[in-house]
Amino acid sequence: MKKLSLTKNWLYIPLIALAIFYLLPMYVLLITGFKGFAEIDLKTMWNLPQGISFDNYIEAYSKLSPSLLNSFKMVIPAALISSMLGSLNGFILAKWKFRGADFIFPFILFGMFIPYQSIIIPLVQFMNAAGITGLPGLAMAHIIYGIPITTLTFRNYYASLPEELLEAAKIDGADMLGIYRLILLPISIPSFVVVLIWQFTSAWNDFLFAVILTGNTEWPITVALNNMAGSQIISWNVQMAGSLLAALPTLLVYMLLGRYFLRGLLAGSLKG
Amino acid sequence: MNKKNWYSLIAVLLLSAIILTACGGAAPEAAPEAPAAEEPAAAEEPAAVEEPAAAEEPMEASQVEVFSWWTGGGEAAGLDAMIEIFGAEYADTEFVNAAVAGGAGTNARAVLATRLQAGDPPDSWQGHAGQELIGTYVAGGQIEALNDLYDAEGWVDVMPETLIPLISHEGNIYSVPVNIHRANVMWYNPAVLEANGVTVPTTMDEWFAAMDTLQAAGVTPLALGEQWTQLHLFETVLLGSLGSEAYDGLWDGSTDWASAEVTAAIDAFAKVLTYTNSDAASLSWQDASQLVVNGDAAFNVMGDWAAGYYIELGLTAMEDYGWAPTPGSVGVFQFLSDSFTLAVGAPHPEGAEAWLKIAGSKAGQEAFNPVKGSICARTDCDPTLFGEYLQSAMEDWGNNTVSGSLTHGVVANDSWKSEIDTALGLFLIDQGVEDFQTALVAACVASGPCQ
Amino acid sequence: MLKNKDRYLSIILISPSIIAVLIFVYGFIGWSIRVSLSNWKGLNPDYTWAGLKNYLALFSDPRFHIDVRNTLIFTGVFVIGSMLLGFFMAVMLDQGLRGEGVFRSIFLFPMAISYIVTGVIWRWLMNPAEGTRMSGLNLLFTSLNLDFLVNKWYTTPTWGIAAIAMTAIWQMSGYTMALYLAGLRAIPHELREAAQIDGASEIQIYRRIVLPLLAPVSLSALIILGHTSLKVFDLIIAVSGKQLPLDVPAIYMWQTTFDGLFYGRGAAISILLLLSVAVLIIPYIRYTLKTEAEQ
Repeated sequence: MKKLSLTKNWLYIPLIALAIFYLLPMYVLLITGFKGFAEIDLKTMWNLPQGISFDNYIEAYSKLSPSLLNSFKMVIPAALISSMLGSLNGFILAKWKFRGADFIFPFILFGMFIPYQSIIIPLVQFMNAAGITGLPGLAMAHIIYGIPITTLTFRNYYASLPEELLEAAKIDGADMLGIYRLILLPISIPSFVVVLIWQFTSAWNDFLFAVILTGNTEWPITVALNNMAGSQIISWNVQMAGSLLAALPTLLVYMLLGRYFLRGLLAGSLKG
Repeated sequence: MNKKNWYSLIAVLLLSAIILTACGGAAPEAAPEAPAAEEPAAAEEPAAVEEPAAAEEPMEASQVEVFSWWTGGGEAAGLDAMIEIFGAEYADTEFVNAAVAGGAGTNARAVLATRLQAGDPPDSWQGHAGQELIGTYVAGGQIEALNDLYDAEGWVDVMPETLIPLISHEGNIYSVPVNIHRANVMWYNPAVLEANGVTVPTTMDEWFAAMDTLQAAGVTPLALGEQWTQLHLFETVLLGSLGSEAYDGLWDGSTDWASAEVTAAIDAFAKVLTYTNSDAASLSWQDASQLVVNGDAAFNVMGDWAAGYYIELGLTAMEDYGWAPTPGSVGVFQFLSDSFTLAVGAPHPEGAEAWLKIAGSKAGQEAFNPVKGSICARTDCDPTLFGEYLQSAMEDWGNNTVSGSLTHGVVANDSWKSEIDTALGLFLIDQGVEDFQTALVAACVASGPCQ
Repeated sequence: MLKNKDRYLSIILISPSIIAVLIFVYGFIGWSIRVSLSNWKGLNPDYTWAGLKNYLALFSDPRFHIDVRNTLIFTGVFVIGSMLLGFFMAVMLDQGLRGEGVFRSIFLFPMAISYIVTGVIWRWLMNPAEGTRMSGLNLLFTSLNLDFLVNKWYTTPTWGIAAIAMTAIWQMSGYTMALYLAGLRAIPHELREAAQIDGASEIQIYRRIVLPLLAPVSLSALIILGHTSLKVFDLIIAVSGKQLPLDVPAIYMWQTTFDGLFYGRGAAISILLLLSVAVLIIPYIRYTLKTEAEQ
């Protein structure tokens, strides 16, 4: 391990300053979640709540928990499958350049750029015609529209890996899938982490596809959260409590995956 | 490393706890439809054609899917009250509440549009009575005429006379209004007015004079919020400046948008804006209403759902807040109404009609409106069920001239209204009265009855 | 060079993605193009040919001019801000400090919060009221004697959209940091140690070794941030509502299609959005592929 020199401790200053910037809105989120409806006022937004009552959280939880399972059922397969597909695609496009690979990469990538609002009409019609509705349809939409970005991330990561890595294995007689399984997959972990973080978050927090592809028995948590806000008079205290609850699974995923930002996965791979 | 392991363990346990609770909570909600294709696609190939068609839920089991945007607070409570009455009356018809929230139904309308274009309509949906429904859904042939229902239920006699033409097209009535809200209401803080020696103005000139006094005393005269509330303010100023006849004429082509009286109304509007708070663009309508009861502003023009907000804040009518018709519109009730329709090709037309009967019934409307904070569309509801503001509104509804709201979809169809809104937005940036008027004329030609 | 078996396998493995993208991206874009060349106004589809009418109308549409201006400002501030901030946070966290995990979670957390609530919190924080009604960040600044920082945030004429870009940076720079951190962690230790032994300073190591190796990550970050920025919709509405000074093409597209029923115009806006992305991104990709091939 590199010895930590004393001068590196000054880094804590900008880090803590940044942490304050990131946490300030969290502070507002937290205290508003504990306030009563009449306490919500722009003038008193910084003030601590007058009493700590969990009413808002209880109310939010009771309104959101039926949709929680729906979100999990949809997000977990969507994130995992699109990540796997992205990794495979990235591997093929970066290291196995058959003719046309350099065209296929931008071809797939372009899919990232369509504004989703402009295709919801044909999307719904296609899904209805194909008979794939509800949560499976939503998962599929997230997988398909996640392929471009996961492919991008993996392809660029693999492109930066030195050829020698694969050469050794090819000389030993390994075929493509063997190389993928034995060499690339283990060192892809940091990329999987960032891709899973992105895919989980975008599928979990997505509202547009969720509201048009699922009906009221299968709504994920984002639609329930939006509905909790109401259309006219909005109770921000309950809404903030609900948002915090809805964000907890995502945050847990970040924490879980974070420990995989390991250093030195390639250490030793260039030797011998 | 040990700490990190603990960290992960706790995280996994928390995650599992949440999942298990969600399972427990979700058990009674097991989806009744689509028994096929339950498992999310586990295959690598996302090829669509592999999946078998999802089974249709049995059609004979009676149900009705009602689409609205009433999901929170008093709106949801009112809807639930109506659903209860529906359940009592039609016990074997299941009510599917497909409400999606979003201010003025912006999300619900988009979802509805995608469903209608995919040929999958709900049985009934909520819409603002008037041109919003007629210009969109009648023009598109998506909703049925309800004259037979009106005759059978005797609604023609009990709904206000002035209302029926506004919700009809070529003699056919297209929706069942459930409630009436008033748009031209001016809310004020009695203490602030008293402290500055100002009486409640009834004409535009009185209003300007009052606001001059207030501004000189350092009080924000008029609380204002983001762009849509400014459109709302604009329509009340149009009404107050032109009078109800000329205002009505704007929407059927008899009043010329390029005329001098419209110019005068726009000038009045520009002048009104000079009395507003500088941070209007960052305030929601709730925030602006709150300014009045906090004593930070004297007046606020907003529809009468503000009364519901004040009640939720625990305030007392006529003490903490007061109301009056917006200046220049005394004796005129500028209304908007939430109503329900019957879809063309509804999967369950009998269920939909049953729902409409409840929505138009005395019992249904008496259950819904006091909770929601609006008054019945019917004229025979019991006033004692309603709070102080609503009772005064009911009285006005009975004897005032009725005009329609622009912002809330009565007098102009969606395309026209959106063009007016864009024109207003541009006006708010550069204050060009002439350009604004030109744009309004163009909007009327493009999407309205003007030539 | 490529064994036949491997070549076939490659094509088979990548074809599901190709087919999916063909249908769900290019097929739907084709529909959108068709609508943009039509007269469709109102709920029922109307594909009668209108030529380039919708596009030409947009070029003289003052609202669209505002949209373009806002997009340029937003994209510039957001992309550059997120990349710089994300990169420096990643470099700092790469130093092996204690509490790295805590900071990492803090910086990533904003992305987890739903946009509705992120929007309203920042709306409160960026409230521009003056005098006794001052609140939000302005109030915080004055109480810390940082009065020079007080400003009108997103209600500033013309440049207000930059304030919303700040909200977006808050939400997304944590992810940029994660991207760069993964990239930094993939750089073999030996490379840096070898350079240190050769007497290179930290800055030289970063300039000569680290940054070039991070180029693919930067490209990913640029594309991800760029596409997010061009499509930004929910966040702006959540912060500022639908107000014209802060209009962007995605909001105009939504409003004009679903609120105004001008389907033809809405589709034209989407296609223009797509074209603008294509014009910017594709040359950059081709350049990158070329330089990769040369290495």
